[in-house]
Amino acid sequence: MSNETQAFGFHSKIERNVTLLMVLSLLVVTIGGIVEIGPLFWLQNTIENVKGMRPYTPLELAGRDIYVREGCYLCHSQMIRPFRDEVERYGHYSLAAESQYDHPFQWGSKRTGPDLARVGGRYSNEWHVQHLNNPRSVVPESIMPRYAFLSDNELDPKIVASHVAGNRTVGVPYTDDMIANVEADLKVQALPDAGTLDKPDKDHEAFVARYAMDKDKKVISKVASGDFDGDPARLTEMDALIAYLQVLGTLVDFQAYDPVQNQR
Amino acid sequence: MKYASSAIAVAVAAFLALMGAALGQDPQFRAHFWIIFATLLIGSALLWRKAYSSRGAPAEDPSAYMDEVIRYGVIATAFWGIVGFLVGVVVATQLAWPDLSWGPYLNFGRLRPLHTSAVIFAFGGNALICTSFYVVQRTCRARLFGGILSWFVFWGYQLFIVMAATGYLLGITQGREYAEPEWYVDLWLTIVWVAYLIVFLGTLVKRKEPHIYVANWFYLSFIVTVAMLHLVNNAAVPVSLLSSKSYGLYSGVQDALVQWWYGHNAVGFFLTAGFLGMMYYFVPKQANRPVYSYRLSIVHFWALIFMYIWAGPHHLHYTALPDWAQTLGMVFSVMLWMPSWGGMINGLMTLSGAWDKLRTDPVLRMFVMSLAFYGMSTFEGPMMSVKSVNALSHYTDWTIGHVHSGALGWVGMVTFGALYHLTPKLWNRKQLYSLRLVNWHFWLATLGIVLYAAVMWVSGIMQGLMWREYDEHGFLVYSFAETVAAMHPYYVLRILGGLLYLVGGLVMAYNLYRTIRGDLREEVPMGAEAPALQPAE
Repeated sequence: MSNETQAFGFHSKIERNVTLLMVLSLLVVTIGGIVEIGPLFWLQNTIENVKGMRPYTPLELAGRDIYVREGCYLCHSQMIRPFRDEVERYGHYSLAAESQYDHPFQWGSKRTGPDLARVGGRYSNEWHVQHLNNPRSVVPESIMPRYAFLSDNELDPKIVASHVAGNRTVGVPYTDDMIANVEADLKVQALPDAGTLDKPDKDHEAFVARYAMDKDKKVISKVASGDFDGDPARLTEMDALIAYLQVLGTLVDFQAYDPVQNQR
Repeated sequence: MKYASSAIAVAVAAFLALMGAALGQDPQFRAHFWIIFATLLIGSALLWRKAYSSRGAPAEDPSAYMDEVIRYGVIATAFWGIVGFLVGVVVATQLAWPDLSWGPYLNFGRLRPLHTSAVIFAFGGNALICTSFYVVQRTCRARLFGGILSWFVFWGYQLFIVMAATGYLLGITQGREYAEPEWYVDLWLTIVWVAYLIVFLGTLVKRKEPHIYVANWFYLSFIVTVAMLHLVNNAAVPVSLLSSKSYGLYSGVQDALVQWWYGHNAVGFFLTAGFLGMMYYFVPKQANRPVYSYRLSIVHFWALIFMYIWAGPHHLHYTALPDWAQTLGMVFSVMLWMPSWGGMINGLMTLSGAWDKLRTDPVLRMFVMSLAFYGMSTFEGPMMSVKSVNALSHYTDWTIGHVHSGALGWVGMVTFGALYHLTPKLWNRKQLYSLRLVNWHFWLATLGIVLYAAVMWVSGIMQGLMWREYDEHGFLVYSFAETVAAMHPYYVLRILGGLLYLVGGLVMAYNLYRTIRGDLREEVPMGAEAPALQPAE
């Protein structure tokens, strides 16, 4: 003991002084986080330069909140790794830019079910309704719970509006125009045949302009509208969740994406 | 008097909760605050009753150790442990037979955070709080600092658990793994945690020993680091003060790394540093031997807390996190193997000269098994953090198996050992009700873990291989649905592993209950049944 006490004499100072012990151990545990996390906020190349990303529409955001609420991320990842099998199975590997407006990120850590990073547009709205009502009716092997109750819950536009505003507070670039029209946009995105009507629909055009066009009315992104849950009379959580699933992975324009330039 | 003033304080809190229930912006918030109101109302009523019944009772001896709160902690630990194991068995069953998911409240997606939080924060957290209160008093020869504050820590923490758990069922979640509770629950935990730090630090300050014992270094760094992780990871802006919803300050890739910096160090500091503190007190006590090496404890303490914090990015290999961060995380994760094994070696070698006790002392057996699982998991972890291994293991059940060998094997076993050590001492019983039942618990738990981990290894590796299997024409062999179907037998076997572990927990609860009652089971003492060898004639 006496030899050891000598060899570690400096340490006996630390272990006799509560303040010193606490301050030193706190210092030691801060370093790793500062070095690893800090640079992600200021290194320019952390988030790739892409075209097409936009904030979620109110309906999509409402769907995303439901996705979070139901814990979908516990079984579904949203992060395709750059491997041959994953790219073949799910599509282009995921970019950091694609989740830049995601509070919180939903990359997930487990694939009890398949990755959903690019599920948007893969299945029809009708398929999603069937699948969420009873997953085994379309995928017999599935072990997913049923989410039929989503059709019973109507969306509360006021709450959705407050959630959109909340996203703006933490930095998602919603414009004043978007904030002012949340309740209208919520409804217009879920109209049956919206946007495909022969007669022009001013509300729908304004909605598309807000989310998919720049100031000069040039198309810079896309939005998908429609009666997602097959019940045109009501705006339900089923509408919202399917709208969210249908937008996943569809925004970035990969034709215009340069992987070499964005190497990190 | 102190009961009456506490009862008033809790009643005021209940009234505030009632206001929340009345004015809440969204239905979940209102429902949640009705539950919180009911909980606080019951708490207040119980305190009133206690105030009434304790009139004229003699005051506690202010020089004695404060053990009543630890007795409550022991019971809470056993209780939440069983709840956590039970919910684990339920969610495992839902994965095998999905129609047992009853939405919306009892769907897998809402129950799974309940399982992880119940095990990590309710079972593990209570174990850490009550053992740290016990250890810090004994090793400092000082009564807990702050008087009633330690009761606030205990009951405040239980309230946190109830709020978090009921919130999950209502769908109130931040969607961040192991940090699911929403902003107001997080704020409440922050208050409780600061009180915990004050009690612990204050006791250290008034210690009568010149040196701070090694167990307390680990407990202190666990408390301080968890505070840091909790505050940074949960930085969020609520939609309104009456809303159950908040949005975090970070998004996308930054959010991912902050979250796994938190997530991995929930493992590193909550489930490792804290429990190493427990190990450093209870293993030497139970073995009746001094800690093997003082020098090793210094080196591995500082190395462990320094390196753990870097390991987070290994949860994000091959994702959109920049490569440099992934590689840094991998390197530190591999290096972490050494300080981890430093702790295991220091624990196991403490038994030098006392190995024979394993034959007769199943409690010591639990500690040894827990250290063995600690060593195994802390080898497996660095291995899985190597990028090429992770390419296979990530997203599969292998990770789940790894976590459970750490949680059931290391955290669970060391906690069981501590509870068996503490119960007779705290209730002034000569010994446990039955050592034979401890032995039963030991084998049930060990078999349960081995079955669980082995099944998850096989199924996880199988799953990973099936996802990437190509046929000779260059096509993927399996659809995703086929890989799900292939998992079924393993999911069924896993339930069995979980059940064994749960039954072990129930055996422990019964044993502790009878010990507290002061019963003693009539049984052949451990190690006595072997017939004495007859000398050759």
